[in-house]
Amino acid sequence: MVFDLLERLFNRNKTGSATVAKDRLKMVLAVDRTEIAPQTIEQIRKEILDVIVRYFEIDENEKFDVTLERERGSTAIIANVPIRRIRPEHI
Amino acid sequence: MSGKVIVITSGKGGVGKTTSSANLGMALASRGKSVVLIDADFGLRNLDLLLGLENRVVYTILEVLEGECRLEQALVRDKRQPGLALLPAVQRRDKSAVTPEQMQDLTGRLAEMFNYVLIDCPAGIEQGFRNAISGAHTAIVVTTPEVSAVRDADRVIGLLGAAGVGEPRLVINRYRPQLAQTNDLMSVDDVLEILAVKLLGVVPEDEQVITTTNRGEPIVLSASPPPAGQAFINIARRLEGEDVPLMEFKLPASNGFIARLRALFTGR
Repeated sequence: MVFDLLERLFNRNKTGSATVAKDRLKMVLAVDRTEIAPQTIEQIRKEILDVIVRYFEIDENEKFDVTLERERGSTAIIANVPIRRIRPEHI
Repeated sequence: MSGKVIVITSGKGGVGKTTSSANLGMALASRGKSVVLIDADFGLRNLDLLLGLENRVVYTILEVLEGECRLEQALVRDKRQPGLALLPAVQRRDKSAVTPEQMQDLTGRLAEMFNYVLIDCPAGIEQGFRNAISGAHTAIVVTTPEVSAVRDADRVIGLLGAAGVGEPRLVINRYRPQLAQTNDLMSVDDVLEILAVKLLGVVPEDEQVITTTNRGEPIVLSASPPPAGQAFINIARRLEGEDVPLMEFKLPASNGFIARLRALFTGR
């Protein structure tokens, strides 16, 4: 029992190339399937950022990315925005 | 008779479509079904060679369509399995030798004569693919667990859906369980999670496929079929509606750290 668990922990390591392959495929297929142009995603990224900065101070050093993800037949657009605090005028 | 028309397809070339077609056709025939294999890879035919029937091809699909021979005359009957026949592809013609309408008509006629009409589709998504899938009731998509093959399989699954070919099922070919175990190869579950289609079977990488292919004897014909042959037989049984569990891949004992640790504690 313990060995099986250990074996799984050691063998199914997150750094294996299969995990990388799977993550890359998920991303590329989400884009392939929606047939959305990379320029459009960049445009969406800019516009989301415009809206967010109206209400929040954001962390300029952190990466802000917009990605498409696909899980079991449905696609989601995920925006990951690192924020510092809400702007005082909106409190 | 109203046979099932199944197209065997993939996005990327070289994943084992033709090998799968030959072995599934042979496996179904050895189960007592009547099967016709259509080589729809016009210009690049190979199914005749994999079946060991290359010397017996007289007419091809083109002579049938041009009315130079009857459909029955063009069918090459297998001597090992009387239930199996091949309709050969045109060798020296471009891929647009056949139209989708002609393909539909042909598969319809063959479905009245055979239990299974299996179409070996050309790789890619060009006109040849579109011709080959027209007339098919369902599809088997073949992939290997590699990024390029899986991505292209996904594209093909999308196109099959758009063309109205029923719910495709997946064959994962050239699977290497040891590499999947160490997470150096996408596992069956990884591939299924990405493609979200039903699994029809997993065929392990097997060197004997090469030797049997060289001889023109599909691996399912072996007296005691090696793992890849057994996997194709299982797939044929699933096509027939049987509930056959997935093969367990026996992995040789690891001699890594955990195995040594286990040996230390269990005295093995």
